[in-house]
Amino acid sequence: MSLSIFALTGAALVGIGIYGLLAQAHLLRRVIAFNLIGSGLFLFLGAAGSRGIGIDPIPQALIITGIVVALSASALAVTLVVALARATGRATLPDEETPR
Amino acid sequence: MSAALDIALCALILGVGLATVVGRGVFRAVIFFITYGLLLAIGWARLGAIDVALAEAAISAGLTGALLLAAQGRLRTMKTEAEPPARARLPAALAGLSVACVLGWAWFALPVDQAPDLSQVLPESGVGNPVTAVLLNFRAWDTLLESVVLLTALVGVWMLAQDADWDAALGPRFHARPNGVLANFGRILPPIGLIFGVYLVWAGADDTGGAFQGGTVLAAVILLAMMAGALQPPSVAHPVWRVGLVLGPLVFVLAGIAGALLSDGFLTLPLTIAKPAILTIEAALSLSIAATLALLVIGPPDDQGQDA
Amino acid sequence: MTPMIALLTLPLLAALATIALPRRARAAAAGIGAGATLLAAIWVAVVVWRTGPMDLMLGGWQPPVGIGLRADGLSVALGVMTALVMSAAVLAARFEHATTGPGPRIAFGIWPLILLLWAALNAVFVSRDLFNLYVGLELISLSAVALVAISGKAQAVAAGLRYLLFALTGSLLYLAGVVLTYSAHGMLDIDLLAARTPVPTDALALGLMTAGLLAKTALFPFHVWLPPAHAAAPAPASALLSALVPKASLLILVRLWFEAMPDMATAASLLTLGGLGALAVVWGGVLALVQARLKLIVAYSTVAQLGYVFLAFPLAGGAGAAQPWSAGAWTGAMFQILSHGLAKASMFLTAGIFIAAVGSDRLGDLRGLARALPMTGFAFALSAITLMGLPPSGGFTAKYLMMTSAFAADQRGWAAVLVGGGLLAAAYLYRPMAALFSADIPAAPRAVPRRWQAVPLWLAALAVGLGLMSAAPFDLLQIGRPDIAAEGL
Repeated sequence: MSLSIFALTGAALVGIGIYGLLAQAHLLRRVIAFNLIGSGLFLFLGAAGSRGIGIDPIPQALIITGIVVALSASALAVTLVVALARATGRATLPDEETPR
Repeated sequence: MSAALDIALCALILGVGLATVVGRGVFRAVIFFITYGLLLAIGWARLGAIDVALAEAAISAGLTGALLLAAQGRLRTMKTEAEPPARARLPAALAGLSVACVLGWAWFALPVDQAPDLSQVLPESGVGNPVTAVLLNFRAWDTLLESVVLLTALVGVWMLAQDADWDAALGPRFHARPNGVLANFGRILPPIGLIFGVYLVWAGADDTGGAFQGGTVLAAVILLAMMAGALQPPSVAHPVWRVGLVLGPLVFVLAGIAGALLSDGFLTLPLTIAKPAILTIEAALSLSIAATLALLVIGPPDDQGQDA
Repeated sequence: MTPMIALLTLPLLAALATIALPRRARAAAAGIGAGATLLAAIWVAVVVWRTGPMDLMLGGWQPPVGIGLRADGLSVALGVMTALVMSAAVLAARFEHATTGPGPRIAFGIWPLILLLWAALNAVFVSRDLFNLYVGLELISLSAVALVAISGKAQAVAAGLRYLLFALTGSLLYLAGVVLTYSAHGMLDIDLLAARTPVPTDALALGLMTAGLLAKTALFPFHVWLPPAHAAAPAPASALLSALVPKASLLILVRLWFEAMPDMATAASLLTLGGLGALAVVWGGVLALVQARLKLIVAYSTVAQLGYVFLAFPLAGGAGAAQPWSAGAWTGAMFQILSHGLAKASMFLTAGIFIAAVGSDRLGDLRGLARALPMTGFAFALSAITLMGLPPSGGFTAKYLMMTSAFAADQRGWAAVLVGGGLLAAAYLYRPMAALFSADIPAAPRAVPRRWQAVPLWLAALAVGLGLMSAAPFDLLQIGRPDIAAEGL
């Protein structure tokens, strides 16, 4: 029962993240949305790995690796956003507010 | 009772998660994101995944939150254009909803648990914490590459410096008031954090903790000391820091090669020396992780940027 | 086993050295690391050629507990092609820096980023573990994005950011598929998965992983990030980004559809992949035709050239795997990956030489340059022959193999795509050729050292040589090939 709650929460977080990614143009919002999607997927995996008698440690190790990878990507993304803002005065990608 | 608790917790996670996406203002979104990470860490603890809970709280909520906060502050001082309103909300909501529903379907369509049986091999890993056994022994190659991913991100971040700033100290120029709250915190907290971080690495072999969680705490110590003015941010040219950055991956690769030369193969740890070998790798790794994470958060050298 | 360890660790150690060592030693460390890794790649290929696929169980643990690696014919062919392109790029970067003086920031960053990218590519070429491949892909993406943005210009930063957004979207889609796969089967190893009991979520998992990998491979309609990103990078980096980076995600697609889950390959899904490939050939070609800058023409050509590879999916995948023509289609597609890599890298390096000579890559500024830089003009023409698919180049062998398969399978539509794509390539490459070889006399181009000009010429000659001596690489690719058909045509 509880596992299904966490797995479905994970699925819903992925959906929320996708909404943020598509609807929000501000790049820091998009970085946050990526992190929501990633953590939602990890929650799903963590719930799946807890279904057996003992807890499977492999998903936990994969999730810790994934969290570190997500941080690395976020750090590069955030620095790119600051560099873009310094060069253009904006925190959105140039030709995206108005679809061509 | 416990199901009710989980439902309440998950509702809270979803509510705060939604607030990061639809709430007004990027600053508030970042604050909500940090709260979200901490709530999620509680969720991991409820699932019995204490190592993940620590990583989520320290790395996702703590460091990613710090990165986002710092970036938001920089954007504000640069007077970046205001955030545009959300667009195409209905299609975006439909896309999100359908993906969530498909994943929800997948959960109930999954076959019964297929997890591999690790009870035979865990005693041969040399450590008592199964997650550490997977990270540093069974899937050590993932962990090695992951430490390299962190380092790559740092080199990438440095490449976004302006050429004129390259020789300056890393990060925006920072002024801490000598008797401010931050300076006092910065003197008291680092020793405590240092002990806690070292403990997490040491204990991680058999109990909760590990190189990444301990390294993150040590990174926080470095950052606090820098913000309090007790430690000067280095420049890229600083040789000790650069060696510190590569030490962990280097020791890891060399240990792997030693396994190939002296034992059965690349990254092989014979049972008799597995535990000391893992602790050595973890010690070097947490040092490099701490240095890399701290420098990732303070960002590229930026002499014009002022922030405080 | 030993050569594989060398292939994986040497570029990594060299990258760490370029970060830690003082300034004067960096370029030398990168050069030594590149040379050593090139030798290791050839060594692995020779061993696989002689004794067959090589397995490496990391830490001595068998999957599903540990991670298994395998060097088969396809891995080592990609490994050697990568090593040749990487070595050429390192040489070209050194010559370029000697001429232009890139500033301390780029002089620091370019070496570790190139070597880290190389280490990640090698790791992906031999990995058999879906999650390990995820970590490898992330390493590739982060180093590639940093190389795109390295010039520091606003355009390059924007192109890098857009690339990163696509790459992260692709990673998360792929990760979602990996999460479902592990949740359903408790395993991540490609060979174990091939023997799994299929479950209802497998199609979703494969679909998610495929969508993510298509975004990273820049297959039409996910290609919009590629041209600005590849054009924004310095020429040696562009060569790596265009010739090598999309091949990593492409290889994982091949592994998934032909090795891990061939049973999930329905006719409709294969037709979709082939159709998108065909559209990429046409759309990439048309857009290449209207560009005014050489680097953008070459970048749009990558969109088109990657499309050909996807024609192998309907010809050799799923039920087609049992047909006699499948081997030809599969091998032709892999030939295309190899020859495009060599020719495209050569072309970007020639663009770098033209930019060094006249300070621009606008076609109008390149008029008559072949007279001043005959070696580089010749290299451009040679690699153009490969991209057009004219004999005797490697591109011709690739198209010939796929063409005979398409006729044998009586799927002539794909043959039409191959012919039409070749004509389009001839058209979009005619414009830069006409400019370069025009009778105009260029306005005093700067001199470019001959040893620098020799680098792209070598790569272009290798791309042609791949066609002249196609028997050896053909046999190499068959080693450890998924047993889709006992005999080719």
